[in-house]
Amino acid sequence: MKPAAFGYLTPRTREEAIEVLSRYAGDAKVLAGGQSLVPLLNFRLTSFRYLVDINRIPDLDYIRSEQGYLAIGALARHRSVEQSAEAARECPLLPEALQFVGHPVIRQRGTVCGSIAHADPSAELPALLTALGGSVVLEGSSGRRVADAEEYFLGYLMTAQQPDELLVEARFPKLPNGSGFAFEELARRHGDFAIVGVACAALPDGSVRLGVCGANSVPFRPLKAETAAAQGDLQEAGRLAAADSDPDSDLHATAEYRRAMVSKLVERAVRHALERKEGNARG
Amino acid sequence: MAEMRTGHLEDALFEAREIACTVNGKLYRAMAEPRRLLSDFIREDLDLKGTHVGCEHGVCGACTILFNGQPARSCLMFAVQADGAEIVTVEGLARSPQQLTRLQESFSQEHALQCGYCTPGMLISATALLSENPSPTDSEVRHAMAGQLCRCTGYEQIVRAVLAAADSDGKGGEGGNHA
Amino acid sequence: MDLYRVEDRRLLTGHGTFLDDLSTVPNVHHAAILRSPYPHARIRNIDASKALAMEGVDAVLTGRDVAKMSRPFASALPRQAAYYSLAVDKARFVGEPIAVVVAKDRYLAEDALALIDVDYEQLPAVVDPEQAVIDPDAPILHEDVGTNVALHRTLRYGDPEEAFRQADVVVKRRLRFPKYGSTPLETFGVVAAWNAAEDTLTIWSNFHGPFSMHPVVAQALGIPSNKLRFIVPGDIGGGFGIKTSIYPYLALIGLASRFSGVPVKWIEDRQENLMASSSGTDRVSEVELAAANDGTILGVRMKIYDNVGGYFRPPEPGCTFRPLGNYVGGYSFRNLDVDAYIVFTNKSLTGPNRGYGCPHLYFGLERVVDEMAHKLGLDPAEVRRRNLIPKAAFPYRTPTGGLYDAGDYEACLDTLLETADYEGLRRMQADARQHGRLVGIGFAFGVDPSVSNMGYVDIAATPEERKRRRPKSGATQGTTIQVDDLGKVTVEISTTPQGQSHETMVRRHIAQELGIPEVDITVISGMDTATRSWTIPSGSYSSRFASIGISSAVVTARKVLEKLGRIAAHQLEADPSDVEYVDGNFRVKGAPERSLAFRHAAGIAHWDPASLPPGTDPGIYVTHFHTMPTALPPDDEDRVNSSNTYGFMADLCLVEVDRETGEVEVKKYWGVHDSGVILDHKIAEGQIQGSFVHGLGGAMYEEMAYDEDGAFLTGTFMDYLCPTFLEVPPLETRYVETPSPFTVLGSKGIGESATETVPACIANAVTDALRPLGIEVNELPVTPTKVWNWLQQAQSEA
Ligand SMILES: Cc1cc2nc3c(=O)[nH]c(=O)nc-3n(C[C@H](O)[C@H](O)[C@H](O)COP(=O)(O)OP(=O)(O)OC[C@H]3O[C@@H](n4cnc5c(N)ncnc54)[C@H](O)[C@@H]3O)c2cc1C
Ligand code: FES
Ligand code: FES
Repeated sequence: MKPAAFGYLTPRTREEAIEVLSRYAGDAKVLAGGQSLVPLLNFRLTSFRYLVDINRIPDLDYIRSEQGYLAIGALARHRSVEQSAEAARECPLLPEALQFVGHPVIRQRGTVCGSIAHADPSAELPALLTALGGSVVLEGSSGRRVADAEEYFLGYLMTAQQPDELLVEARFPKLPNGSGFAFEELARRHGDFAIVGVACAALPDGSVRLGVCGANSVPFRPLKAETAAAQGDLQEAGRLAAADSDPDSDLHATAEYRRAMVSKLVERAVRHALERKEGNARG
Repeated sequence: MAEMRTGHLEDALFEAREIACTVNGKLYRAMAEPRRLLSDFIREDLDLKGTHVGCEHGVCGACTILFNGQPARSCLMFAVQADGAEIVTVEGLARSPQQLTRLQESFSQEHALQCGYCTPGMLISATALLSENPSPTDSEVRHAMAGQLCRCTGYEQIVRAVLAAADSDGKGGEGGNHA
Repeated sequence: MDLYRVEDRRLLTGHGTFLDDLSTVPNVHHAAILRSPYPHARIRNIDASKALAMEGVDAVLTGRDVAKMSRPFASALPRQAAYYSLAVDKARFVGEPIAVVVAKDRYLAEDALALIDVDYEQLPAVVDPEQAVIDPDAPILHEDVGTNVALHRTLRYGDPEEAFRQADVVVKRRLRFPKYGSTPLETFGVVAAWNAAEDTLTIWSNFHGPFSMHPVVAQALGIPSNKLRFIVPGDIGGGFGIKTSIYPYLALIGLASRFSGVPVKWIEDRQENLMASSSGTDRVSEVELAAANDGTILGVRMKIYDNVGGYFRPPEPGCTFRPLGNYVGGYSFRNLDVDAYIVFTNKSLTGPNRGYGCPHLYFGLERVVDEMAHKLGLDPAEVRRRNLIPKAAFPYRTPTGGLYDAGDYEACLDTLLETADYEGLRRMQADARQHGRLVGIGFAFGVDPSVSNMGYVDIAATPEERKRRRPKSGATQGTTIQVDDLGKVTVEISTTPQGQSHETMVRRHIAQELGIPEVDITVISGMDTATRSWTIPSGSYSSRFASIGISSAVVTARKVLEKLGRIAAHQLEADPSDVEYVDGNFRVKGAPERSLAFRHAAGIAHWDPASLPPGTDPGIYVTHFHTMPTALPPDDEDRVNSSNTYGFMADLCLVEVDRETGEVEVKKYWGVHDSGVILDHKIAEGQIQGSFVHGLGGAMYEEMAYDEDGAFLTGTFMDYLCPTFLEVPPLETRYVETPSPFTVLGSKGIGESATETVPACIANAVTDALRPLGIEVNELPVTPTKVWNWLQQAQSEA
């Protein structure tokens, strides 16, 4: 299992990275933490003529609290986000969800933005970004743009990112004080990609936000289920979310099972989030 | 098309280049083409055979090294990424084979290794854990090590060895449990 | 600081020598193997010209070359379904080797694979062993055989018809046991160097025996066996039986070296390992049990379809017959009927996998024992107790020919019930059920065979066929001890260990026998067939070490001591019977001042042959091959003592099923083992813990899965799910130590034990949990999806 040959580029600035990405548009791939890309290369399931290693670009490794959102730079590793005080304070659902992503050694190197750019429908972080209505910042030869999660994820490992674009930042909306939240996941083993995963935030204004992974070709927000959850009808929320999902069968779970689990996990996540919200209100 | 524009500069991107990195405190220089996996570079080019390879897709953890102080899968990195890096492999844990670290000793005492193939990765990953969290709970050890596969021991003895090296009864502050 | 094992220091510091670490010969080139993407396809043509034109590529070997340069591997099959190291006319499973590229390095070799054009004609595939036999439309894998039945044997012991006539109750279940393998963390590896000047082939590999595969490879390659040299390094990264099946690659890489004219190295990658190394068989079976109203088992019938995949690779059909002597488990019934089909399908090949055949056996037997207990309204523990072979009956001859050496099965059961607080568990379960929780308690008992008798393989032939062959028997293991002139000792073992601490144990016991400090002893593991002592059964498999391995070492040490004693007696001018050996000194009884140190006696053997007693050879170099007198060929009634020592385990576990998600949680597992004298509790515990996790994997996580069309689904460690630190439930073990009368130290094998019973135990426990819903677990692994489906079905039926 050895990768095919490639040309290796190490831009030192974002501009340089974008320049090479657009020069080799379509033939070049960004290498961030490599925790998803390199296995695919080793299996020769994919190959690219050029790899653009962004690890030597200095100003991409940050976690910043901004107005309304937490900004995660392209080189912020899962592990730093997991351990960051800002994340714990402003968007505690993010470190919670990160516990379900692989294992500590994988998270030490894997990046939050890489997880998002990879757009695996069973991955936790895209579901979370979707649930919270977050966005990504893309920079390419035609400039900088912000894409909402829902427009960004297009399908299985497919995003709205252009081949010459660099995902420079992911933006996770802050959870206001008094929110409750939960991440529930069912996987064959700890650390595996989700069979089904559900992110839930119960906001102080009474609304509930949900994001589901493993149940569609993209992470999705079950809007009707959110409404039912806000009205306190957990079972109905689960049922509606299941009705909105369109999973496939695979080795680890059948489509029927996945759909049923969407229902159970939505119920559990909402219940857990609401309990925490109540706890927060009291505490 | 790209080739026409930039000519032989282009070829250089594919060619082997010199990599300089510090491994276990010693500076090494060796050539590597871009696609060479760091695991192969360490084992074949630097001739440090202690780092093992069990899957080459990031799951088993046998190839785990410390890369600039942090644990990393060497099978998921390229040698070219290590240029200028500080690496520690299993050979660099003990000062000499006669002066083992506490962790290595407790691995032996608790019989936390059978064939020893997973052991280098286990030791590196446990070393990283203990430097971050000197007295982990049983559950913290399991979670921290969960990405390291062992096919021989069934894991319990490894958990015990890490706790023993940490001087920890595994209960932590609030009675952490096997969960 | 002293370490617990002698192996540890090198392994802890990165100084082990595994296969891929060896410096073998200069100028080693590298192989990559092109594998079939199809489960079943005719190979019309292979065009390797583009690959050959690539810079850095030395050669491309195809099936056509292999068919010219070698013969099919010999096997126990009456009908030959030719098996070569590369597919010749057809590919019969996904991952079957089609061609080998030899190139300057592995990266280039893999590049070249993509340039080989193979013209395949795809054929329909079959993956289910029962379907492959009974479905008239099932594609035939080997046209020359004309059927997918590789082998069919019916075996009959006692009077099963009468037992079933007399039965008060009969239970019958259809069961499916999955295909899984222990996937050692170190994959296969081979380096082969053909020496054209001397016509010799040297092969380095992590093969761990039995060395009966040495003549098999020599015959396939058509070279004299003494021109074929196997070298095995001292460290092997786990084996569990899987690496026994590496030998076709020894032949293949040997041929690649001969063909390309350079030494060739091939390290199996994980994808290759998962799709095409080896695994246990999957089994479809029907098991039927006849019992009296009090729960006494009267007889058992088994119909078995064992799936050996695309070819028949020895030591198969060991999966079916290796446990023959212990087919009745720990029970005293005497009537048994076995109808066994060994079947070709379009799956990868099989072979020994920890517990070889026993997990399958006990899954069947223990499931029907539980169902019988349930049907009679009896407690499953009580039913088992009524059927256990009593302590006084040992050594016990089973109806199938097994000779159980020793055991106290009832004591194991008592210990189990007490340790687990069985009554308390049942109360807890009753309480949980009241609250709607699905809590279950399961048992599984098993007899753990160790030290295979080479004779069992002949059960594949009928008694008439056997009469025409030379018989096989024995279970030999050899040890060589050298004592140098300064009294330092070097021991060569032939057990090719893979983590089982043989160096430590041999050193400890030889030190005890020789009365010298452990530091004075160096143990050499690994193997070199050209320079070391070995024989057909050498190696590690069937948990041989703690019985035959250590027996061989101890007896060899005794022979050394006997020789030194004679030398000393001569020197001390005493009769050998008047000389005693105390604290490292030979001395004349009653005259302790007349003594000779161990090292001085050894020194005489080397420096002063003139002072040796008449008839004594100089030097101290003793090889002893130890075998078991109980390892006899099968008799005319198809009875065979398939192993030589037999341990026992009594297991119990507590599980809970999540009604909503179908997830199974094993909350606690208890195992009581009677494996004779335990030589080292820490090491034994490690073996049990490890084998427990392999059983757990098979019961709940691991499966080499195929779809109906033969596509392989689990080619990565993200899909083939080995349990991790977080999947392992707490295990509590206890020991009953009934010494084996057949081994020198009273010990027996223990390395496979728990693997054999865990799948059955978990299946029984989950069945018990789901009993209120009428659900039974008759197939593994118990995945959440499966359990959830059963729950849905039960609900819709209710
Ligand atoms: C054993 C194991 C277990 C795992 N378990 C899980 C799990 O349970 N859940 C889960 O979600 N993931 C899991 N992963 C995957 C892991 O989370 C990856 O790290 C992550 O998906 C990708 O991040 P990365 O930085 O490593 O990206 P890379 O692997 O470097 O890149 C992934 C993809 O994203 C693109 N990309 C990355 N960064 C950018 C950027 N800034 N701009 C543009 N494109 C970019 C790359 O070109 C590539 O296509 C696991 C991985 C392993 C090896
Ligand atoms: S070899 Fe790198 S994780 Fe397995
Ligand atoms: S000790 Fe063999 S894999 Fe862990």
